[in-house]
Amino acid sequence: MAEGTTDVPIAGYSAPRPRAHGSALHRMARRRSTTALLMCVPLFALLAGFVVYPFFYSIYLSTLNRDMTRFIGLFNYQYLLSSNTFHLVIFQSCLFAITAVFLKALIGFILAHVMHNITGPDQKLWRGVLLLPWVIPPALSTLGWWWMIEGSYSAVNWLLQQVGIHPIAFLSSTAWARFWIIMVNVWFGTPFFMIMYLATLKSVPDQLYEAAAIDGATGWQKIRFISFPMLKNIISITTLFSLIVTFANFDIVQILTAGAPANTTHVFATYAFQVGINSGNIPMGSAVSLFMFPILAVFAIFILRGVTRRTREAI
Amino acid sequence: MSSATLAAGAAAPRRGRRPSIARERRWALWTSYIALAIFAVGFLIPPYFELVTSLKTSQEIGAGTDPWFTQHLFFGNYTSIIHNPQFQIFFLNSVKLTIVVVCVTMVISVLAAYALARMRFFGSQMFATGVFLTYLVPESLLFIPLFKELANLHLINNTWALAFVWPTLSVPFCTWILIGYFGSIPKELDEAAMIDGASHLQMLWKIFIPVAMPGIIAATIFAFTVCWGDFLYPLAFLFTSKQMVLTAGIVSTLIHGDVLDWGHIMAANILASAPPILIYAFLMDYYIAGLTAGATKG
Amino acid sequence: MSQVSIRKVVKSYEGGVQAVKGIDLEIADEEFVVLVGPSGCGKSTTLRMIAGLEEITAGEIWIGGDVVNDVPPRDRDIAMVFQNYALYPHMSVFENMAFGLKLRKFPKDEIKRRVDEAARILDIAMLLDRKPKALSGGQRQRVAMGRAIVRNPKVFLFDEPLSNLDAKLRVQMRTEIKKVHQTVRTTTVYVTHDQVEAMTLADRVVVMNHGVIEQVGPPQELYHNPATRFVAGFIGSPAMNFLPAELVDDGGLKIRLATGEKLPIPPARLDRYGKAKGRRLTFGLRPEHLTETRSDEKPGVVRIQANVDVVEPMGMETMVHFFTDGVPVCARIDPAVQARPGETLALAADLNQMHLIDDETGRVI
Repeated sequence: MAEGTTDVPIAGYSAPRPRAHGSALHRMARRRSTTALLMCVPLFALLAGFVVYPFFYSIYLSTLNRDMTRFIGLFNYQYLLSSNTFHLVIFQSCLFAITAVFLKALIGFILAHVMHNITGPDQKLWRGVLLLPWVIPPALSTLGWWWMIEGSYSAVNWLLQQVGIHPIAFLSSTAWARFWIIMVNVWFGTPFFMIMYLATLKSVPDQLYEAAAIDGATGWQKIRFISFPMLKNIISITTLFSLIVTFANFDIVQILTAGAPANTTHVFATYAFQVGINSGNIPMGSAVSLFMFPILAVFAIFILRGVTRRTREAI
Repeated sequence: MSSATLAAGAAAPRRGRRPSIARERRWALWTSYIALAIFAVGFLIPPYFELVTSLKTSQEIGAGTDPWFTQHLFFGNYTSIIHNPQFQIFFLNSVKLTIVVVCVTMVISVLAAYALARMRFFGSQMFATGVFLTYLVPESLLFIPLFKELANLHLINNTWALAFVWPTLSVPFCTWILIGYFGSIPKELDEAAMIDGASHLQMLWKIFIPVAMPGIIAATIFAFTVCWGDFLYPLAFLFTSKQMVLTAGIVSTLIHGDVLDWGHIMAANILASAPPILIYAFLMDYYIAGLTAGATKG
Repeated sequence: MSQVSIRKVVKSYEGGVQAVKGIDLEIADEEFVVLVGPSGCGKSTTLRMIAGLEEITAGEIWIGGDVVNDVPPRDRDIAMVFQNYALYPHMSVFENMAFGLKLRKFPKDEIKRRVDEAARILDIAMLLDRKPKALSGGQRQRVAMGRAIVRNPKVFLFDEPLSNLDAKLRVQMRTEIKKVHQTVRTTTVYVTHDQVEAMTLADRVVVMNHGVIEQVGPPQELYHNPATRFVAGFIGSPAMNFLPAELVDDGGLKIRLATGEKLPIPPARLDRYGKAKGRRLTFGLRPEHLTETRSDEKPGVVRIQANVDVVEPMGMETMVHFFTDGVPVCARIDPAVQARPGETLALAADLNQMHLIDDETGRVI
């Protein structure tokens, strides 16, 4: 399992030297790379047609006017940057992504350690239960959450009433709406962190902890000086990855608030949906989405670095 | 953990040491169990609540009684949602499209992963990296140009549009983890097969796929989960209920129907969540392997 | 007819590294040839070129009368046993052995007959339904050999097949391989870095170093008459002692060691060494020819004094290590003889068994 990927393709298969021209083996090798290329064609076509093309198409679209009849340069971007709603979108996206990812990473880290203390079939059982939120399609589970918190007669308000607190219109208040959006995302995403950390923790040899114990490390020091350094790489990869996914999240916000109240809880994805699909302003919607790109690209580069380093270590 | 601090920190007399280690272990175990139990209850509240709601009559839901328990189990919501023609169409569309996309995904990924892992060609390294990067492209970055592109292709409000866009969500990751699985197969195995007389396709079909079966299963599960649970693309590209799939269908169509019947919606919700949960229950190890493979393998 | 000829074969990699530098080797039908040498000497590359897994940069390889340079591995009619066995993990033992035949579209009953026959020879008939995972190292090794045998190829190729086994099993499997070869009599090329394996298995041993062949010959020949300093040092365990020396005329031809000690050359060697006078030489003597002294010593045996450094009793014999002018020397003595570190011990050096190596050419004179 511990083998890397990007570098895997095999040192032993040294490419035949060009000098021995015309030999059948050489022809076979050339045929092999042709076959290989052919085998990649479907993948290439898919990515070119539905990832690369739409990306550039999006850039083109974002420079058009609303009716897509006229080139208007960067006007859409300028407009967005001067719009108060869009400022809120940027703020809410960042707040949402950073808070949610931090909480997911923290709780995931704790849960992984707690889980690691338990051995045998018990662990498998607990792991199975705690991973459940991650398995349910988020759109569907968010609908359940919505029903649980929405309105004065919601189940959560019912509980509050039992302890004498007045019902709160959670999703009509910006602060509460933000709280629940983050809450649902943490509920959904924590298991992913937990399972990633747990898998890495399991790969740390027990002897390291035993050696640390003999060196006089306390429980906290073991985490600080053994677990944390060993998990550092996977923590950064998982965090960056989750930042991308959370930052670009659509389902939760769309179902819980769809931006309400008064567009204060929109994130990039839902705002782009509202502008581009609901209001039919495709160029402006493209521009909203594209604003995410530089941020995502930076995260992606860092992930790639982490993954490459990890792959090298594995070899 | 705090108990460990205490035990190791205190310069206990020699004789007290042995029992304290056992006590420390037991303590750590109990704290762990308690913490896990608290989180498990918290994590299970929403699904539990959905289940309870789905087992209530609409009268009971409307009556404002304790929402966390039901007086008597009522399965009528399930029978009526199963017979609901809209729900049937959604379910059928989801099944149809998911199966098609999973098959397409596996064919594309297996071919590409085999080529990228074993038959180096000019630019194959770069290409593998590119595949990984497309995996990091979120769907919300591209859905608007895709909307326009599909409109140009006359595929808007057509379920089959998903057969083109869903693979972009599943293929990069599946290819990526399969490169890892294929790459970890010792190269002597293909040399042995080569001497035994296998062609490239025979080698892929008779050696690589069977040997990397855990990876194939993990990738299949991943592809299934991604397609089945996707919400944004169907919501953006499909409008009429004949073309709709489950996620977007339940959220948009059923809610915006005449009556907001939460017993129904939750029953639909649970039925729609059932396939991934069942797969997960039976194939948990593969599921987790696939989930963690992306980062631990490559 | 399945002889293998390697003619002026060169293998170089991109970047100009030459793994094999133009070797010639003729392997006769039914012969068991072992390529031996340290890692990186080119032995595995040579084997892989015979198999067709590596391209030949220059030269020709013939198998059974045909040039096979351009023939892909599957059409070379060879079978190979790999170091890690390379058994297909998802197939049973039977399927593993049958795979090559199935791909070649052999009829079912013929496949069964051949697999059963091979299983009988290798004593794995009761394992045919098992998966490789359920086999021990030695059993996997047998299956890997079985996979080769069923094909009834012109040539068997073994790439360090025993190095993943523990010491005891290795000895046992060595005998097994020898027995199989005596049964099926297929021409065999066997690569190993273990000189004991090479000595025990081979009809002829090929010692390679730095991409060239140092010497080819039957095991005893290599042991008694090594052609080069490398072969002299590589074959035999513990290794031959080497001491810098020169030839002097001091009332007869004598070897002068760096310590100043002079050892008379046995009369039988006088002619052979006469011309080497005045050159820089290395004196070589195997530990088994440096033993305890006896009262009835043969002519040509001289006595030397050793300041014992370390004593290693092995049971059957005792190894005594000491230094001569800073060079470590090992002697092999009767365990009955008392030897203690720090003491002086008289030893008998049998100069009839000595070797003299010309430092300039590295060849044994």
